[in-house]
Amino acid sequence: MDLNIVWFILIGFLLVGYAILDGFDLGVGILQIFAKKEADKNAMRESIEPFWDGNEVWLLTGGGAIFAAFPHVYATVFSGFYIAMILLLVGLIFRALSIEFRNQVDSQAWKNFWDKAFSISSLVVALLLGVALGNIFIGIPLDGEMNFTGSFFTLLRPVPLFVGLTGVLMISLQGAAYLLLKTDQDLYVSAQSWVRKSWLLFIVFTVLTTVITAMTDYSKIGLLFSSFWGYLATVLLLAGVILVPRFLKREANFRVFLSSSLIIVAMFLIVGATIFPNMVPALIPDYSLDIYNAASSQRTLFAMLVIALIGMPIVLAYSTFVYRVFRK
Amino acid sequence: MDAVLLARIQFAVTIGFHYIFPPITLGLTALISIFLGLHLKTKNELYDKIAQFWISILIVVFSIGVATGIVMEFQFGTNWEKYSRFVGDIFGAPLAAEGVFAFFMESTFLGILVFGKKKVSQKTYFMSSLFVTLGSILSAFWIIAANSWQQTPTAYTIVNGRAELTDFFAAVFNPSTIPRFTHAVVGGWIAGAFFVAGLSAYFLLKKQHLDFAKKSIKIALIFALVSSALQIELGHVHAIQVSQTQPEKMAAFEALFETRKNAPMVLMGIPNEEEQTIDYEVSIPGLLSFLVGFDTDIEIKGLNEFKKEDQPPIMIPFFSYRIMVGLGFYFIMMALIGIYLYWKEILDKSKWYLTLLLYSVPLPIIANEMGWIAAEVGRQPWIVYHELRTADAISTVVSAGEILFSLILFSGLYLVIFVLFVFLISKKMKKGPDLAQTGY
Ligand code: HDD
Ligand code: HEM
Ligand code: HEM
Repeated sequence: MDLNIVWFILIGFLLVGYAILDGFDLGVGILQIFAKKEADKNAMRESIEPFWDGNEVWLLTGGGAIFAAFPHVYATVFSGFYIAMILLLVGLIFRALSIEFRNQVDSQAWKNFWDKAFSISSLVVALLLGVALGNIFIGIPLDGEMNFTGSFFTLLRPVPLFVGLTGVLMISLQGAAYLLLKTDQDLYVSAQSWVRKSWLLFIVFTVLTTVITAMTDYSKIGLLFSSFWGYLATVLLLAGVILVPRFLKREANFRVFLSSSLIIVAMFLIVGATIFPNMVPALIPDYSLDIYNAASSQRTLFAMLVIALIGMPIVLAYSTFVYRVFRK
Repeated sequence: MDAVLLARIQFAVTIGFHYIFPPITLGLTALISIFLGLHLKTKNELYDKIAQFWISILIVVFSIGVATGIVMEFQFGTNWEKYSRFVGDIFGAPLAAEGVFAFFMESTFLGILVFGKKKVSQKTYFMSSLFVTLGSILSAFWIIAANSWQQTPTAYTIVNGRAELTDFFAAVFNPSTIPRFTHAVVGGWIAGAFFVAGLSAYFLLKKQHLDFAKKSIKIALIFALVSSALQIELGHVHAIQVSQTQPEKMAAFEALFETRKNAPMVLMGIPNEEEQTIDYEVSIPGLLSFLVGFDTDIEIKGLNEFKKEDQPPIMIPFFSYRIMVGLGFYFIMMALIGIYLYWKEILDKSKWYLTLLLYSVPLPIIANEMGWIAAEVGRQPWIVYHELRTADAISTVVSAGEILFSLILFSGLYLVIFVLFVFLISKKMKKGPDLAQTGY
């Protein structure tokens, strides 16, 4: 296995880590729309307060790692998706502020404003990231200079939009599953019903997305079933989907959370398996950015691997420690 | 308007705004660790109360630092696509390292500092504060290593139109990394020290929370004195480094038009680019040469050694550099006077001094900003020194209109955030330390 493949996997690892961890706090943000009581909103936000920033660092590190390992992907995608990126950044800014500022002033109007900001920004962030991933999944228009030739509306093609919506539901499911672990009484009952609803809607939208993909670009489905990884991803997805309601019924809540996380892993594996060895497939295949033409030099990839192998175990160790400190 | 100019303004606005907060974080976290350490050692609950109050302030500073930092992480790709392709092989690694080694540490342990007081032992709590402090320093290290590489690039070859790494450690420890890193961190300590000292002075002026304020201001003033004194030496080392590695920048700082021995140190004046002189000049003959090599015979390169299109602008670096250095001496003075008054036990009666100290809170931030402006504008017209021009570095697919749109959006947003910041800090000051509550 060469270093380029290793880095394809490691970046996948960072993005999956981000989706699982920040996924639950984004999900809690989205679900807050449906919370009615003041106390419930508070409890929901409090359940993520000590963790959300650390979770978001997975995205920052993922961004840094893409810059370092595949600079052309960083340059092409971020400049190409300009307006979407700016909106994403504004969403992330609002989210950070809404979580930290909400309780600083004793005024109902102030609190209501930041509660709204928290929910809307969480929704916007989850949706935009999903749509971006959907675009990578089906490919984007690029020229021979690795530059994006579409517009903002290119990004809003049907398949990416449906991937985005499916993503939002996947994230809501993750948030609801997390709430099972952190709440009691009424809110716990709500969390159970949120798990059921997001689970159902997630299935519906996954099927819809598959149908639309098959209608517009059947080859993607073919690509999925052309490798071992594609089959594995499908099996994992099915397993996750089946396990969620089973564990929910037995109130094996941590397992519900794990199964929901398994769904996230599977979804990323599906994208990874269909695009590999490309990083950003182009509509004209010759212009695609792949793990070789978009990569940094071997020396940099190696230096980065050393950084990751030293750094990530340390991060995982103290993160585990902190999660244990805050166990309910 | 021209896209390059807009992109430059946008970068200056976003990083300039971001950089209001990291220096305060660097200083505040260090002071909080000191207070918690004293609490652990002396068992005096007052130290804990002091630490808790500054932690409650830190939350506001830190969260704005985070919110604005996210923009920084991604905007090399959005606005500076050509630059990202050119430097990615080298510049990306420290950025990723910052995430792995610093941001995770800061944010994870901040969770304990803010929410975990009742859940961990006193020792673990203190250790967590040390990790937050260490994390902020590491974060400064990695981002500054990246920045320093573009100032003084080393250990690379140009392959297929981009810079490729030849030696990781040599690139990270390029000639300006250590001088810049130490100078910027100590700049942050000064900012934190004056922040705590100035706000404690507010309580003394109001005659509120006197025990709290006296202890807090004492330690902050000592910290201010130590770091300001250190900063003069670090700035000096840094200046020598600049005159060796980027002579045209030093010439711009000093408005030195002609190469000469016995070069003077300009204290005041207005550079006149047309006449190639300095109007209303007040300077000390030979001092610049002397400071660089302890010998007035040392020759300092002037701007005439460089082609017109390779010369940096003069006005902005000249003035921002002077403001920074001038403030540096002001900080030492202020810290010395404060410690003297404290020692004479008349500090809480010296209204004039306490008022001045309160109004000095923003000055170290201004010094920090001026330092960066001098360093970055003095690097122009290069984005990567002597390798890539700023004008050739922006995103080709992004239109001037799109940049203008995002510039207006960010500027408006930042203006609101700044107002909120001032509002929240003054609110916490009015409430005072008794009600400062963090976590549960
Ligand atoms: C001297 C130090 C320094 C400098 C030059 C910069 N920063 Fe910064 N940054 C910090 C010191 C810092 C910090 C003190 O470590 C912060 C403040 C709050 C925090 O979380 O860490 C931070 C926050 C922060 C965050 C949020 C981290 C989180 O969520 O925890 C990001 C993504 C960046 N920065 C990125 C950048 C980039 C790309 C910069 C350069 C162009 C930059 N910063 C300049
Ligand atoms: C954090 C404090 C910093 C401040 C206040 C600051 C300030 C500035 C300013 C004012 C400019 C505009 C210069 C001009 O266009 O004339 C600029 C440009 C730039 N700086 Fe910095 N800078 C900082 C740190 C950094 C760091 C840490 C990096 C790299 C990691 C960096 C990289 C750049 C780049 C890429 C540009 C844009 C291109 C250019 O104009 O050269 N800066 N900065
Ligand atoms: C008192 C004497 C001082 C001297 C001689 C001095 C010297 C310098 C020099 C030569 C640079 C430019 C480096 C470059 O172009 O790369 C610089 C930059 C800078 N200075 Fe100062 N400085 C002094 C005081 C201060 C103070 C008091 C602060 C803040 C409180 C400060 C903060 C900064 C910052 C943030 C930068 C930009 C980052 C860097 O390049 O290090 N300086 N200083």
